[in-house]
Amino acid sequence: MTDGGRLVHDLGGLDAGPIAKDAQHDYALWEKRVDALLVLLSARGLLKVDELRRSIEQLGPGAYDELSYYERWIGAIAQIMLERGVLTTDELGRRMAEVEARAAAGA
Amino acid sequence: MARFGPGDAVHVRAAHPPGHVRTPWFVRGKRGVVARVLGEYANPEELAFNRDGLPKLPLYEVRLRQHDVWPDYDGSPRDTVVVDLYENWLEPAGEER
Amino acid sequence: MSGHDHDHDHDDHAHPPDEDGPLTHYQALEVAVRELLIEKGLFTADDVRAAIEAMDARNPSRGAEVVARAWVDEGFRERLLADGNAACAELGFDTGAIRLAVVEDTEDVHNVIVCTLCSCYPRLLLGLPPDWYKARAYRSRVVREPRTVLREFGTELPDEVELRVHDSTADLRYMVLPRRPDGTDGWSEEQLASLVTRDALIGVTLPRLPEPAPA
Repeated sequence: MTDGGRLVHDLGGLDAGPIAKDAQHDYALWEKRVDALLVLLSARGLLKVDELRRSIEQLGPGAYDELSYYERWIGAIAQIMLERGVLTTDELGRRMAEVEARAAAGA
Repeated sequence: MARFGPGDAVHVRAAHPPGHVRTPWFVRGKRGVVARVLGEYANPEELAFNRDGLPKLPLYEVRLRQHDVWPDYDGSPRDTVVVDLYENWLEPAGEER
Repeated sequence: MSGHDHDHDHDDHAHPPDEDGPLTHYQALEVAVRELLIEKGLFTADDVRAAIEAMDARNPSRGAEVVARAWVDEGFRERLLADGNAACAELGFDTGAIRLAVVEDTEDVHNVIVCTLCSCYPRLLLGLPPDWYKARAYRSRVVREPRTVLREFGTELPDEVELRVHDSTADLRYMVLPRRPDGTDGWSEEQLASLVTRDALIGVTLPRLPEPAPA
């Protein structure tokens, strides 16, 4: 049997290297905020955890491994907000540009 | 109502649909035994698309022998792997051992 | 121009800035999503802060406290195995609506927990999982070569013991109730809890007595 159709997240039994058991990073504030967004959205019925997972699972193999954990999460949260019509692509694009401009001005 | 009970031999369906599935690839097509009936839960395959996931599905704790999952498993013959599987992924396995 | 002396964004000011580097694409996305959702009235900046504080307050010492109680109180142990959420609530820990299953190590069975599909973890009791738990190597390997993986964590199990790997694939979150180490008779719950690490609650290590201090 080939692995046709196996998605990037479904890892059980694949070959992999040693476990980096001592390489713990401190969660950055922005990562904690992403975590909080998921908690708040899911408590308000604005996002289902399985929707989030589906969105992450649809990342290509490159993106899944290159992105950090919370990068995958915020990408998926944004995607679900667009799918559900909570946010529009246009307002998100404009606000991101504004955020980046603010950060550049403040740097 | 749950179709299977503790001790029942089950076969995990070897299906590979697109979408969002909580049955890991490595147990599909394998044989195991129901260890516990865990209750009924909304179907994640439907929740993933923001549908209600109803009717709820019985969920089972299914125990598989590592040797049945990985023919070349090199740990102890006693070793097992346990996965929680929704009823739509299980079929009766029959008496084959 | 230097903007550090004035509030140039809507960030929550109770916290220090993340880092000095430029904002990444995904950090900008987080700020934008959060600001827009707050402006739409779906939650407030205080809600975000409160959620972060609640998660920061959860940590593996809660799990250690639960384990120590189960070691000294047989009735509690039975209640914990029957209903993890209710037993944790007895100790004042709100573990939310997701079912917590506690699996008990015995002379014959050793349990270890993984989530091969994502990173399911009893976070409402233990806080956020360690990085390795979420990473490819552990999730790939522990279901296929668990004894080798445990050995990498310094844990050696006899072949007579069934090594039982739980893949948290669905609606339950799992925590291990390890065996109480020998030589701890008469210990207080607090002393016992100090032996129980996060890794022991996942099942990749065993609670151990501290090495005797060198003379």
